[in-house]
Amino acid sequence: MAETFRIGCGAGFSADRIDAAVTLIERARPEAVVFECLAERTVAKAVVARLADPDAGFDPWFEERMRAVLPPALAVGTTLITNMGAANPAAAGRLARRLAAEAGARNLPIAVVEGDEVTELVRRLDPPFLDRPGRPSDLGAAVVSAHAYLGAGPIVDALRQGARVVITGRVADPALFLAPLIARFGWAADDWERLGRGILIGHLLECAGQLTGGYFADPGVKDVAGLADLGLPFADVEADGNATLSKPEGTGGRVDRLTCTEQLLYELHDPGAYLQPDATADFRAVRFSELGPDRVRVEGGAGGPPPATLKVVVGYRDGVVVEGGISYAGQGAVARARLALAILRERIARRGIPVSDLRTDVIGVDSLLRGAAVAPDADVRDVRARLAARVADAASARAIGHEIEALWLNGPAGGGGASWSAREGLAVASALIPRDLVRPTVSFVPPA
Amino acid sequence: MASLRDLATARSGDKGDTATLGVVCRDPADYPLLAAWLTPERVAAFLAPDVRGPVRRHELPGLAALLFVLEGALEGGVTRSLALDPHGKSLASSLLAMPLPPDVAARSRLASAPAGR
Repeated sequence: MAETFRIGCGAGFSADRIDAAVTLIERARPEAVVFECLAERTVAKAVVARLADPDAGFDPWFEERMRAVLPPALAVGTTLITNMGAANPAAAGRLARRLAAEAGARNLPIAVVEGDEVTELVRRLDPPFLDRPGRPSDLGAAVVSAHAYLGAGPIVDALRQGARVVITGRVADPALFLAPLIARFGWAADDWERLGRGILIGHLLECAGQLTGGYFADPGVKDVAGLADLGLPFADVEADGNATLSKPEGTGGRVDRLTCTEQLLYELHDPGAYLQPDATADFRAVRFSELGPDRVRVEGGAGGPPPATLKVVVGYRDGVVVEGGISYAGQGAVARARLALAILRERIARRGIPVSDLRTDVIGVDSLLRGAAVAPDADVRDVRARLAARVADAASARAIGHEIEALWLNGPAGGGGASWSAREGLAVASALIPRDLVRPTVSFVPPA
Repeated sequence: MASLRDLATARSGDKGDTATLGVVCRDPADYPLLAAWLTPERVAAFLAPDVRGPVRRHELPGLAALLFVLEGALEGGVTRSLALDPHGKSLASSLLAMPLPPDVAARSRLASAPAGR
């Protein structure tokens, strides 16, 4: 039997289940487990937290998750790789040092990857945004931070120096998985086919339970057993980059052609050119074959050279978002909800409350459904009128919230449950910068 | 009435202001039928006026799947949208409600295996 490397995914987002990762390590005994916990906006939010407290700015679940997974990882010998460092990998590393000591591994080699934060560089280069008009300079002081998506390189370096825990900030999600494969199999930096396959494995695993039957169940049509105990995925990867996908024995969920294909296509823009810092992966010839219950073979990934640029995400303050609503029931409920929303729009206009964006919905009718899927004559008898607006400041948000609450006595009949809340808007935009200007660093956390 | 949900599964994804929709045949044998019928024009027309930008389609016969990429479909993207579902996660469910024309339903696996519904 060919030598294989077992790599699992212990979290596909920050709020993912923690006990499932313990089960993954204990039952599947993987050589490496990756915890992918950074959404697009998360790092900018973490920078805001770090500005208030220099020891903050890493994942809010880092302590609970690491405390739970370190003991089984130490027992099995599993290497842990995570981007939970967010905007402060060094502080997360110091906490990991304490947690490792608590788990009886005082000298565990813990590495921290930095250099993804490129705020000053991006201010200087001022590259045009890809997904909105303008450049960082147009946003002025609203810019909070800019982070580059690093590749696998610094993680590979850390692993080759013996790291058993690697904590990063922003790294391209698939690169978190590609790195231990490169470290194990010694794939060359221009071995595009194998790098493309490693990226494919990372792409399939990075959303955790979305490969194993999470985000899939549709009762009566697509049934999934045991979602309260959903098993997290792992891949047995061969030296040529092809792999078998599965989940731990005795866990809930399912791994088959449909779950794998749905996840392969997830968030993909061009199956022939999945742009990553380490290679451009090509998924067009990928094939899945079911080997048995919850065991799927994946083959046929390919790749080519990466772009000369790295993607950066710029986080910026974006006003205040106020959101609220009031509910209606019975016959005519939809008409009363629409009347409530019309009243709100009229009051906001009369009072001259400055609003940069405003959206209204009737939850239960058209808040989610789009286009022709919206039922034209819905006899829906349980709805909520919802209004969301972007405004410049807290005072305007409060004024709109006041108008929502005023519907209690001044709106249509039978309105119940009026409420509202406001939050600081924090948005992101992306841009490209030359890759050779970004200098990742690796450091080891000193022993306790 | 039969809908796309009877023939295929779908999953939405997001990146910036672009939504993606992966559509996978339940029975790979239905792929040619689905590819002939589920054109980007039909998808754009069904989701109009809520999807304003262009709709591109990638064909993946080896996976019995189609990938639709919908630009400008997310009200400025997850971090700016005021929608209840800013990711557009529910977009796939809207698409699956698309009615199947009787001739497509008659030629699909539904005709031979109606119990599978």
